[in-house]
Amino acid sequence: MERVDAYPTHVIQGYKARPGKPLPFGATFVQGGGVNFSVYSSHATACTLVLFDKGEQQPKAELPFPEDFRIGNVYAMTVFGLDYENIEYGYRMDGPFDTREGHWFDKSKILSDPYAKVLGGRDIWGQQPNWNDPYMHRSRLVFDDFDWGGDKALEIPAEDLVIYEMHVRGFTRHATSGVKFPGTFAAMRQKIPYLKELGVNCVELLPVYEFDEFENSKPSPTTGETLLQYWGYSTVGFFAPKAGYAATGKLGMQADEFKTLVKELHRNGIEVFLDVVFNHTAEGNEQGPYISFRGLDNKTYYMLTPGGYYFNFSGTGNTLNCNNPVVRNMVLDCLRYWAAEYHIDGFRFDLAAILGRDPLGAPLANPPLLETLAFDPILAKCKLVAEAWDAGGLYQVGSFPAYGRWAEWNGKYRDGVRKFLKGEPGMVSEMAQRLQGSPDLYLSRGPTASINFITAHDGFTLMDLVSYNEKHNWANGENNNDGGNDNESWNCGWEGPTDDPGINALRRRQIKNALAMLMVSQGIPMILMGDEVGRTQQGNNNTYCQDNELNWLDWTLLESNADLFRFFKHMIAFRHAHPLLRNRWHFSNRDYVGSGYADITWHGTKAWSADWSDSSRTIAFMLCGKHAHGGAQRDNYLYVAMNVHWEAHWFELPGLPDGMQWHVAVNTGAPSPDDIWQPGQEPLLSDQAGLLVGDRSVVVLVGK
Amino acid sequence: MALSIAIETVEQVQIVRLIGDIDGATAPEAQAAILPLASPGCKILLDMSGVTYMSSAGLRLLLVVYRSIKGQGGEVILAGLTDDLKDTMEMTGFLDFFQFRDTLAAGLAALL
Repeated sequence: MERVDAYPTHVIQGYKARPGKPLPFGATFVQGGGVNFSVYSSHATACTLVLFDKGEQQPKAELPFPEDFRIGNVYAMTVFGLDYENIEYGYRMDGPFDTREGHWFDKSKILSDPYAKVLGGRDIWGQQPNWNDPYMHRSRLVFDDFDWGGDKALEIPAEDLVIYEMHVRGFTRHATSGVKFPGTFAAMRQKIPYLKELGVNCVELLPVYEFDEFENSKPSPTTGETLLQYWGYSTVGFFAPKAGYAATGKLGMQADEFKTLVKELHRNGIEVFLDVVFNHTAEGNEQGPYISFRGLDNKTYYMLTPGGYYFNFSGTGNTLNCNNPVVRNMVLDCLRYWAAEYHIDGFRFDLAAILGRDPLGAPLANPPLLETLAFDPILAKCKLVAEAWDAGGLYQVGSFPAYGRWAEWNGKYRDGVRKFLKGEPGMVSEMAQRLQGSPDLYLSRGPTASINFITAHDGFTLMDLVSYNEKHNWANGENNNDGGNDNESWNCGWEGPTDDPGINALRRRQIKNALAMLMVSQGIPMILMGDEVGRTQQGNNNTYCQDNELNWLDWTLLESNADLFRFFKHMIAFRHAHPLLRNRWHFSNRDYVGSGYADITWHGTKAWSADWSDSSRTIAFMLCGKHAHGGAQRDNYLYVAMNVHWEAHWFELPGLPDGMQWHVAVNTGAPSPDDIWQPGQEPLLSDQAGLLVGDRSVVVLVGK
Repeated sequence: MALSIAIETVEQVQIVRLIGDIDGATAPEAQAAILPLASPGCKILLDMSGVTYMSSAGLRLLLVVYRSIKGQGGEVILAGLTDDLKDTMEMTGFLDFFQFRDTLAAGLAALL
């Protein structure tokens, strides 16, 4: 039956229209072929819908919202007869310009819809925009009837995840990737077999929300090439996938291309996490451009000082006002949209401590936004991961308001393991905490609150961590002042590349040691794209602006560093094979199943006696196979010996139950392929009483 | 560019020859011409060799046609997709649903 509201009631500037519905916000197809436009501003005095033919500089029509089309602070209008595919729309907002009061209204500006599902203007990555365009980021309409077949979010138990942090473009942009459309969602889909072979079951994508790669672009001081906003931590549109990451972006089909990628990853058992940036936007500080929020309702969307200036807790010029109820709802709408419409499995929140600040910046004890997300029914099965610090000095690793739901990037894991790995004294006790899923930080939350990582996009790659003592960021054009100085790295004896075979062998061993430590740690491990093949950024620890070989994965490394890839593959498989490494709850340090062994026991060069002293650089632990998942599952017994000392040490082994023997699964001190064995093919250890663990080496034994 | 649609029957196969662009403007007429052909056990061959461009609306039209034909136990094959079109359909997931052949003759042979 036809609806009455399928018919227009007004004619505005020659377009048939009627009063719209205030919800949902954004542009929505409605019955009768109309499009409902709904936009909010608490301080505007008037609003005009501006329509363009696709790509045209000048508007084709401007439709003022009649006063009787406003409901509360929402302007809503249904317009009929639009050519969906060839229309672009934006808004002009009239209102006070009084920056001391926080108002930046300027009706000469055309503003993007904050709820735009697709944005035009950066359709092809790196293509110079028209800088005279009066409307740079153009809201468009998109069909939301993608055919998902039977797909849904995978809901893999958190403790079983192995996360691969990656950049969509960097993954396949390199000439050696062998794909048809390098640097795109489609190309990534082509490379899914590689991810499967590696064994990861979750990809965490650096920002894929629409951003402007030309933001703050400038020539490189070292090469002269244009430095771009490559990482994308600067959102232009929260609901729009980045067109420049889609081979079909020039056709406006980025939503379908990304959904097709998600569907195919799911079909291969791989979850998709998005790195989401709700702490700030691309509008920058007082000198920044008008894109959307500044002109729509500056005072609502941004945290402002009493004098009307932008707070800068993000380190990028402005701070989104996340605990304003309106902004909070927008964030919720956004995440619900990605979870429901794109089947996203989890979200990693950039500088998430900001999400717990009140509108004047004070940390809240019970932040409404974090609580809302934790208890939302649509997000209920999504993993929520916080980067639990911000650029304003709020550091919440271990104390982020979790509501039983939030996990954290464990920065203390990264720093502790790095120090231990390079042989710093006094690290053994802390290392024991990190290996157990950091119960010192997450006692009541369990190990899955801890995302364990040693490297991430921010900082050195693993190869660089063992090749450089200092950052080398000259190519970024900031006089090497950008990027962190507390890298806890060690170059193994020479800064940068070397022909010294001893140093190179040590570096490879350190890489394997690091991965072995990561994969035997309780919690959720995350590895960085390319670490599995020894990717280098030539010592640059802040490659945010480098759209070139510093960031692109060189696929020939798969051959030249085949031993590293093999080690990664088998080490990840080892983790998947042993539920003992993937406990949901912390160890209790006692025997609660009657096996005669506590769930975890600590050892050292002497069995049953760990050396916890400051000078100790050796530690070993054994996991009882009858205690996997609280005793619900059976596994082999596992023993891990770590020697980060520069000398080899004899480790005396704890005895196994009668009938069992120790087998060697991993020995990073042995050359490839004897450094790691596939599950089930581990050779018997010749001397069951003990073994020599080489200098700076990790050994993992399986008791069966 | 406008779209021209011609329909002929070879044995029990209905061949729909599409020439031009399929976009938001032309998809409704294409849909109006093709959907009535769907009937129980129908065999439909879409000759795409003359289609130079398909927009998002065009791809959706194809999927609607597919669902309608499949819903009635019929068969549909796309013939003669250009490389560009095939790439676009592949990357956006639409190609996953369809049987396709390089030429009209091959498509016809597959349906007969």
